[in-house]
Amino acid sequence: MKKDIIVPAAGESVKEADIVNWYKGNGDYVNRDEPICELETEKATLDLTAEIDGILTISVDGGTVKVGDSVGFITASDAKPVAAANPVNAPTAVVIPAAVSNGNSYAQGHASPAAAKLIAETGASITQGTGKDGRVTKHDVQSSPAPAPVAPAPTVSPNQPLVAPGFRPERREKMTRLRKTIMNRLIESQQTTASLTTFNEVDMSAVMDIRKKYKDAFKEKYQVGLGFMSFFTKAACNALMEFPALNAYVDGEEIIFHDYCDVGVAVSTAKGLVVPVIRNADQLGFHQIESAIVDFAKRAQAGKLTIQEMEGGTFTITNGGTFGSMLSTPIINRPQSAILGMHNIVQRAVVVNGEIVARPIMYLAVTYDHRIIDGSEAVRFLVRIKEQLEDPTRLLVGM
Amino acid sequence: MDSFDLVVIGGGPAGYVAAVRGSQLGLKTAIVESRNTLGGTCLNVGCIPSKALLDSTELFHQAKTKFKVHGIEISEPKANWNQMIQRKRDVVISTTKGIDFLMQKNKITRINGVGSLVSGTVVEITNGTEKTQIGGKNIIIATGSAVAQLSSVPFDGQRIISSEEALELSEIPKSMVIVGGGVIGVEMGSIYARLGTQVTTVEFMDGLIPTMDRELGRALEKTLRSLGMTFHFGTKVTGATSGKKSVTLIAENKKGEPISMEADYVLVAIGRVAYTQGLGLDKVGIAVDSRGRIEINSHYQTNIPTVYAIGDVVKGAMLAHKASEEGVACVELIAGQKPHINYNAIPGVVYTWPEVASVGKTEEELKAAGIAYKKGSAPFKASGRARAAEESDGFIKVLADQTSDEVLGIHMIGPRVADLIGEAVVAFEYRASAEDIGIISHAHPTFSETLKEAALAATGNRAIHF
Repeated sequence: MKKDIIVPAAGESVKEADIVNWYKGNGDYVNRDEPICELETEKATLDLTAEIDGILTISVDGGTVKVGDSVGFITASDAKPVAAANPVNAPTAVVIPAAVSNGNSYAQGHASPAAAKLIAETGASITQGTGKDGRVTKHDVQSSPAPAPVAPAPTVSPNQPLVAPGFRPERREKMTRLRKTIMNRLIESQQTTASLTTFNEVDMSAVMDIRKKYKDAFKEKYQVGLGFMSFFTKAACNALMEFPALNAYVDGEEIIFHDYCDVGVAVSTAKGLVVPVIRNADQLGFHQIESAIVDFAKRAQAGKLTIQEMEGGTFTITNGGTFGSMLSTPIINRPQSAILGMHNIVQRAVVVNGEIVARPIMYLAVTYDHRIIDGSEAVRFLVRIKEQLEDPTRLLVGM
Repeated sequence: MDSFDLVVIGGGPAGYVAAVRGSQLGLKTAIVESRNTLGGTCLNVGCIPSKALLDSTELFHQAKTKFKVHGIEISEPKANWNQMIQRKRDVVISTTKGIDFLMQKNKITRINGVGSLVSGTVVEITNGTEKTQIGGKNIIIATGSAVAQLSSVPFDGQRIISSEEALELSEIPKSMVIVGGGVIGVEMGSIYARLGTQVTTVEFMDGLIPTMDRELGRALEKTLRSLGMTFHFGTKVTGATSGKKSVTLIAENKKGEPISMEADYVLVAIGRVAYTQGLGLDKVGIAVDSRGRIEINSHYQTNIPTVYAIGDVVKGAMLAHKASEEGVACVELIAGQKPHINYNAIPGVVYTWPEVASVGKTEEELKAAGIAYKKGSAPFKASGRARAAEESDGFIKVLADQTSDEVLGIHMIGPRVADLIGEAVVAFEYRASAEDIGIISHAHPTFSETLKEAALAATGNRAIHF
């Protein structure tokens, strides 16, 4: 029996994927449910698993594939083939000599001395070569996307200053699918919305007092820290209910209002920015929001977020403050209509009751689609958030 | 004041190679050397002259012991020591002339005298009473090493000698005591034992060439004993009294009992130390370690960024080929390239006969590190080529990782293994497995087949020929 390996439909908007890596090699025996191939779509990476036990045959070993494409097949076989030394006992074992690595050799990616020098000089990134067992040859580096200098070695002319010799490498790398998606979506947002940003400042003293007071008890009860994000999410949800246009989509000549808040939280990862969505954030308690964020952050770093988790938000919060941003103008996460930007908290001199005092201040920014949101709405929306954060009792009584 | 992009102090295997590479990369280069000839210790009083005498004496030994079995009848051969020494000098002269040619070809300015640092960019050269200064944007110190002195047995240049004098003796001694069973000690011992000198080796450790795999030291000891050499291991030298015609060495054996031995000469060959005399390191504040070696970072840079140091004068094995590789790497780094030396793949060689050669980890090191390994040994007795050459002493041992089969150490004693080790070094650079070596075709009949057989033995006891 032969079972084709099909690229699955990973989400409604996903139409193609890149093959990042085959975990198993041509001719390898694979067990059912074992991951065999890593795919990267525009939103997430996902593993293809074997549907049956058997011998793997790879027909597409890299590049871009469409949903529904076959990338190989598994030939059913119950018994794991014994060592090739005794082929009589393993009639089903198809030994396909792999010209390159089967991915299991300790030597995969090991660069020859000349290749290693070129890699160091050009910054090329090669994890698998064409040499025996995936060794990297000099030619692999020369023909890699980061082009090695054609000349055998840079020479320094006697007239040139020698203190900082003049070899300044450039690198050229293929964009990941995620980076291309981010690029296209940001441009689309800038070009199709009439976006505008309004700012305000918030005195964080009250929120900080609460955190200080309940930090330990909260952690003990819910096994998660009481962060700032739950306050901002709750305050934003209340304000969104009051100003529904900021929680709406434009759809042709109609506006879709949402009577719930699915709040996206921007998470920075090594590969780029992803925005997982906290569903029904308006209904959740502080600890549920904090737990959701911790879980998202962990899985985002590991590249394990699913596409479903990143689709369908109605509003987004982004926190540039964690990196030290004082003030910024976020870009709307389409098809949403508004985004809240948080920033760093800094002790600033402010005037309270006619006296200059130091207070922990955060600047807030809301970028909104002016096509459906009037300026007054956006400004009042942000003021509502400010009021709730400066006097968190309002969160309790819904004021 | 003349000014250069690169000034190299020291014209040995580190320095002259650095100068050539500098010139290749377009640097205006000068080389400063205190000897009249370039090539350093290696060419003048080390590797090359010792190999000349080793080859002459081995041929003499073969004529005495092996010609008959090959069917060559000659009357008892006699060693003409003066001719051996003269030929050795000729080899040295022609080799150093070759270096002179390389300097001219690469348009390197050669300056005779003792180089001394005035600052991080100025070198003063003293030649007799004459002093000149040159400027260098980059300065490489490659002043090498000198023989180490044993404080209890100081050299007198007459009866208590170093390897340098041992290469220029006026006569074949009747007897010689060699302090040190390392590379230099066993090579010098071989030269004289083959000529009939009664050679006695005194070694503090409990075997020969103690830094190499122990099996090699034991096998070497066996063949040197057959040359008539005798050994005192675990023995500590305490002093010596030298007379006009002989010298008496006093030592303490394992049990702490004093022993004494009289010989025509005592050769002290306990190693070498970094040579920095006259460099003016103190003056410019260049840091050295507790053993007097110049401290460097991974780019061979001293604590003064424009001053670099390479070869025997810095840490690491005191080997000419290690020094030369550092010469190339250092200059390439100066020129902005990014070379890398794999220090685990630098071979060690002993030019006794049979020769000894080694790369990677010894069995002792693998055991100490707790690394699970497989071992495959193949004797030269099983090689048709070796039997045809009447050279079947020795073996090759391949050590490979228990699970991955990657080669971790290759150790050889046998005919021409100094050359065979090259294949093992390539295997190391490419992280070959034992099976890789076993699969690769080796010409038949050759000595090199023994490496293939040892690799097959390590792969899974798959040797074909024994």
